[in-house]
Amino acid sequence: MNNCEYQQIDPQALSTPIPTPTLPQPTVVVEKEKREKARKKWEVFPGKNRFYCDGRIIVAGQSGVLPLTIGLILVTTGLFFVFDCPFLVKHLTVFIPAIGGVLFVFVVISLLQTSFTDPGILPRATPDEAADIERQIDSSGSSSYRPPPRTKEVMINQQVVKLKYCFTCKMFRPPRTSHCSLCDNCVERFDHHCPWVGNCVGKRNYRFFYTFIVSLSFLTAFIFGCVATHLALRAQGGRGLMFALQESPASAVELVICFFSVWSILGLSGFHTYLVASNLTTNEDIKGSWSGKSGAEDTVNPYSYNTIITNCCSVLCGPMPPSLIDRRGFVPVEASSQTSATEMELPMLPVKKETNVCAQGTKDLLGSASRSPCPTTGKPQPVAAADPAVTFNPALISDPAAMPSLTCGGRHHSHTTSPPDEPRHHHHHHNRHHRTRSRRGRGSKRPALHISNPAYNASLSPPSSPGPRPSHTGARDPRRDSIVALH
Amino acid sequence: RPEPNRKSLEGAESPYCPATFHNLQELRHSASLANKVFIQRDYSEGTTCRFQTKFPSELDSRIERTLFEDTVKTLNNYYAEAEKIGGQSYLEGCLACTTAYIIFLCMETRYEKVLKKIGRYIQEQNEKIYAPRGLLITDPIERGMRVIEISIYEDRASSGSSSGSSSTSGTSAR
Repeated sequence: MNNCEYQQIDPQALSTPIPTPTLPQPTVVVEKEKREKARKKWEVFPGKNRFYCDGRIIVAGQSGVLPLTIGLILVTTGLFFVFDCPFLVKHLTVFIPAIGGVLFVFVVISLLQTSFTDPGILPRATPDEAADIERQIDSSGSSSYRPPPRTKEVMINQQVVKLKYCFTCKMFRPPRTSHCSLCDNCVERFDHHCPWVGNCVGKRNYRFFYTFIVSLSFLTAFIFGCVATHLALRAQGGRGLMFALQESPASAVELVICFFSVWSILGLSGFHTYLVASNLTTNEDIKGSWSGKSGAEDTVNPYSYNTIITNCCSVLCGPMPPSLIDRRGFVPVEASSQTSATEMELPMLPVKKETNVCAQGTKDLLGSASRSPCPTTGKPQPVAAADPAVTFNPALISDPAAMPSLTCGGRHHSHTTSPPDEPRHHHHHHNRHHRTRSRRGRGSKRPALHISNPAYNASLSPPSSPGPRPSHTGARDPRRDSIVALH
Repeated sequence: RPEPNRKSLEGAESPYCPATFHNLQELRHSASLANKVFIQRDYSEGTTCRFQTKFPSELDSRIERTLFEDTVKTLNNYYAEAEKIGGQSYLEGCLACTTAYIIFLCMETRYEKVLKKIGRYIQEQNEKIYAPRGLLITDPIERGMRVIEISIYEDRASSGSSSGSSSTSGTSAR
């Protein structure tokens, strides 16, 4: 019902009737895609990660001290092979560089795999999913004055576990999942964010990380032992340690580096061996989720298999889960109409201040000579939902029929993915408050508003259907209300 | 390493008549999306991938309960098979460890093989059971394995291909 009414209000905004919402879009989107070259999903990834090799390699936003780690390992091992090995091969055995080489290869490969593998990032909820979850939260809650608590309790192996709602990713986090603020992603079985490795350690790369620290502790211990042997052999015959050090100064460097690293690395390996054996994550251990520190008695780790061997095998030798973010897939057409609009819109958001621009955009669309500029009451709204005309840019008015649909769809998309007032308690109500304020301040802008609305509703892949479905997000309420009010 | 077939719903060409929507493409082009139902994960057995088999009320008029439950149970079985820890997975894991996990770059893991099977199964279910009823299942892998998304389509009143049953089911859904 509502769809037909929207159509009657404003036929010039859409060239074809509403019931075919997909038709006007693909023609524009395909053109835009041809111009932009179909995008891969890694290009529109919302987290702070960076991608190389066309999405094959993923690194965290900040590389941390990964270059330092690699540098230290290369330098120490290089010095070892150049300065210590010839002596030791001559005096001891040729296996020493062989073992050193194998360990070095293991260390470097597992380090690179830890750094460049997707740790188990959970893709953010699609707008439909987020809206569905919001609806469930609203309906199941609260007549109380407080905002509804964003937690959900589930029973796992007869243990009560609380699932928290992630405001950034717009979903209830699965158990053992945590949101990494450095990478701005939810990561499954989140262990910790390791700056030495420059990546989060999670479900998919924990085994690489464990291999890395174990082999690194072997390597540092091995080098330390070999260098000590080397110096001891040189200092034999009463010539003294100073003489040995003078002959081979590089060994001193290696000795110092290895001495300081071996304790910390060995300690870390021991700690993680304990975690693996009890099927815990660093996150859970620090927070004391299962050790009863948080006050609840009789809390047992519900994920543990209760035997060390099974725990170790399940963590280290279990099946390798796939990457959920599908970096190299192509962005699908329906979503790309929204995301390409987001891409177009992001450079325009700073243009919010230029109200003359929005006024011109509105003018062109409506084909009317004079129109008052956007009222300033609409401007300070952090979410662009208040000003449909704000996002119009005269440069893009080449295709006025499709433009509003793209920008409105894009705006909706950007609203759901990056709301400015995020993890506050009053998040939901805060936004509603903004909506009502903007609604009241928009008297003169009604016509502009309703140009965008039918296209707005058409562009979203679940258009507001004629049915008892309540509007999901605050952004849609004022539109529908103002449209209804216009009849 | 070949990616699992994520586009399980594309190019479903085989007509399945006589039905309201003869194939998935016709469903896409002649129907409008009315609603989406999300089947959430069931965490009662831990973090392994399972979906709730509770029948959602929105599908009440569209599909029989048993068909829906069969689909979800089969999917759960597939995921359990993929994530099973047993002899073969240990072998794969230990072999990978000894080669410093380089074989992951060359070989397709068992999980990925099962994911392909799941993709084919979902496509088959869509063609045979769900599309004729105006529904479409999205492979959970495309939603981060969090939900099974079932899209409910309603035939457009103006479309000529709609038969009586679809429009009545459409109106009943309102």
